Amino acid sequence: MLEVKNLSMRFGGLLAVDEVSLDVQEHEIVSIIGPNGAGKTTVFNCISGFYKPTGGDILFEKRQIQAKPDYKISRLGMVRTFQHVRLFGNMTLVENLLVAQHRHLNTNLLSGLLKTPDYRKREQKSLDRAAYWLNRVGLLDLANREAGNLAYGQQRRLEIARCMVTEPKLLMLDEPAAGLNPAETRELDQLIVSLKEDYNVSVLLIEHDMSLVMGISDRINVISQGRPLAAGTPDEIRQNDDVIKAYLGEA
Amino acid sequence: MATPQFKHALFCAVITLVIAYPILGLDLTINAATIDLQGADTSTVVAIVAAAFVVFFFQLYRDTVMASLRKAPKLNPLSGREPLPQAKRVKLESWVLTGIVVLALFWPFFVSRGSIDLATLVLIYVMLALGLNVVVGLAGLLDLGYVAFYAVGAYTFALLSQYTGISFWMSLPIGALLAALFGLVLGFPVLRLRGDYLAIVTLGFGEIIRILLNNWTNLTGGPNGIGGIPDPTLFGMEFGRRVKEEGNTSFHETLGIAYSSEHKVIFLYLIALVLTVITALIIRRFMRMPVGRAWEALREDEIAARSLGLSRTAVKLSAFTIGAFFAGFAGTVFASKQGFISPESFVFLESAIILAIVVLGGMGSQIGVILAAIAVTILPELAREFADYRMLVFGAAMVLMMVWRPQGLMPMRRIHIELEKPE
Repeated sequence: MLEVKNLSMRFGGLLAVDEVSLDVQEHEIVSIIGPNGAGKTTVFNCISGFYKPTGGDILFEKRQIQAKPDYKISRLGMVRTFQHVRLFGNMTLVENLLVAQHRHLNTNLLSGLLKTPDYRKREQKSLDRAAYWLNRVGLLDLANREAGNLAYGQQRRLEIARCMVTEPKLLMLDEPAAGLNPAETRELDQLIVSLKEDYNVSVLLIEHDMSLVMGISDRINVISQGRPLAAGTPDEIRQNDDVIKAYLGEA
Repeated sequence: MATPQFKHALFCAVITLVIAYPILGLDLTINAATIDLQGADTSTVVAIVAAAFVVFFFQLYRDTVMASLRKAPKLNPLSGREPLPQAKRVKLESWVLTGIVVLALFWPFFVSRGSIDLATLVLIYVMLALGLNVVVGLAGLLDLGYVAFYAVGAYTFALLSQYTGISFWMSLPIGALLAALFGLVLGFPVLRLRGDYLAIVTLGFGEIIRILLNNWTNLTGGPNGIGGIPDPTLFGMEFGRRVKEEGNTSFHETLGIAYSSEHKVIFLYLIALVLTVITALIIRRFMRMPVGRAWEALREDEIAARSLGLSRTAVKLSAFTIGAFFAGFAGTVFASKQGFISPESFVFLESAIILAIVVLGGMGSQIGVILAAIAVTILPELAREFADYRMLVFGAAMVLMMVWRPQGLMPMRRIHIELEKPE
């Protein structure tokens, strides 16, 4: 469903991403790994429209998207999380999830002011969806707390829930396990697999936690210094000499 | 003897004396070889010295006094009680607010003309502050040129009535819509700007409007302003002693009561009250709608908002437009109340005061903003005697407020949303 061909991104004299290609099929978890500064997040930013790539093609469901503004890309059904959690900190958990459902809601100002039946119906639907996902990530009891007061692990889960209420086809997670303890990482592991199995969402994942990546990925792309290094199943990657060299240094 | 407490108390007493000097408007003059204290008779001086002594002894024995005060029974009967449940509190609040509005409806029939006039001004400021609250408090866009939209509303009515003879009621929506259009126009160039940069551009916009009004003498009359702006009519009834426009009747003759100049003042107050309530209700509703949540989301984290499919353009423009719309409302009422407007009424200081109201009240909080608007407009009127030090006191109040209560008088409370537990 997502196809990235020969993606390049140049910042002045720095070629941050050089001819990277990858693809995500329906019902699949694909990971991008690589040492720090390899350009993984830059690839993410290009796909989600925050950067305009200087070269290459990005296709989502066979449509060119690299010239589209970020908010339109996310409306196509491709949402992302951020390496450093970005919640609406002074808003409550429910409000965070309601904002995300903006495009499902009746945003006509008059129908909202007059509370037309259609407006109420959609509002109720989005409240139900928010309640469902808060329950799913175990935050329902905190629904009316401010998001900024949550513990870090809870914030991570809320960010994923906020993506899921938009009913995406592809979920892009940027280092979701960063800052989590081992127990929380295991929960996250189960959550991501369940997103794929139970909700039929494809996942594109950037992660440093190798046990997480190797455990749940269907395929892995390795990037080093902006260039693609290897691609394949977890087993293939584990035995790839180039990858071992990039991670451990040459003996 | 010179313990820290003693030093502190002495310091406080001296400060009391020093502060009394400017606040009470005293003046030292040199009279030949002696120095005279002007503006104070003996009793004032005695009072000041007494106040200094009170401060001195209170500070000296503060710990003992405060400790014994704490032992005294609590005066506030509500302090120990459990907070009310959510649903009950919301109900109680809406009853109290309705009560206040009803009281405000009947209040003008029992007070002096001056108080009604002041109250109308307060209501105009409440409207302005509620509108700016959308832009600054909710959407987080620092707008220093808000007074421009106020001016657009006022001048629209003034010019329309002068050149085409359109009435107040026709002008009200036109002025508000035109102000909203200006909000939209200002919105486009500042879409990409945030924080300081946005503040400077909006500041410039406010000045452009004012200077334009000042210099376009052919149309606006320049610094001379526009006079003879008609009063609003009630179903074709005028409030003047004699009917000015053909086809209209006069209020006192139709109702068969004696003419009183107070009728007009009360009527204007009621119009302002109704418009203020409408403004507050509409904005309150917006805050519970997708558009209100989108404003706040953009304030909290623009990148996250965009990643969830919110269009920065639509959200920012809607905030500017709606904020400006209510300023246009307020401007029309202002023009009608004054009967005369000139660019002098729309200087930067006005923008600053409206912004101060929003910040003092608590960004995003409607009740806080309304309270602050009342306080900021009425206090200077009550303190007319020391007009010279008004701005000084105002500034000091701002500084103290920001130190002790940076979140404002009544910080915004999140809206509680009850969720049904999914199976």
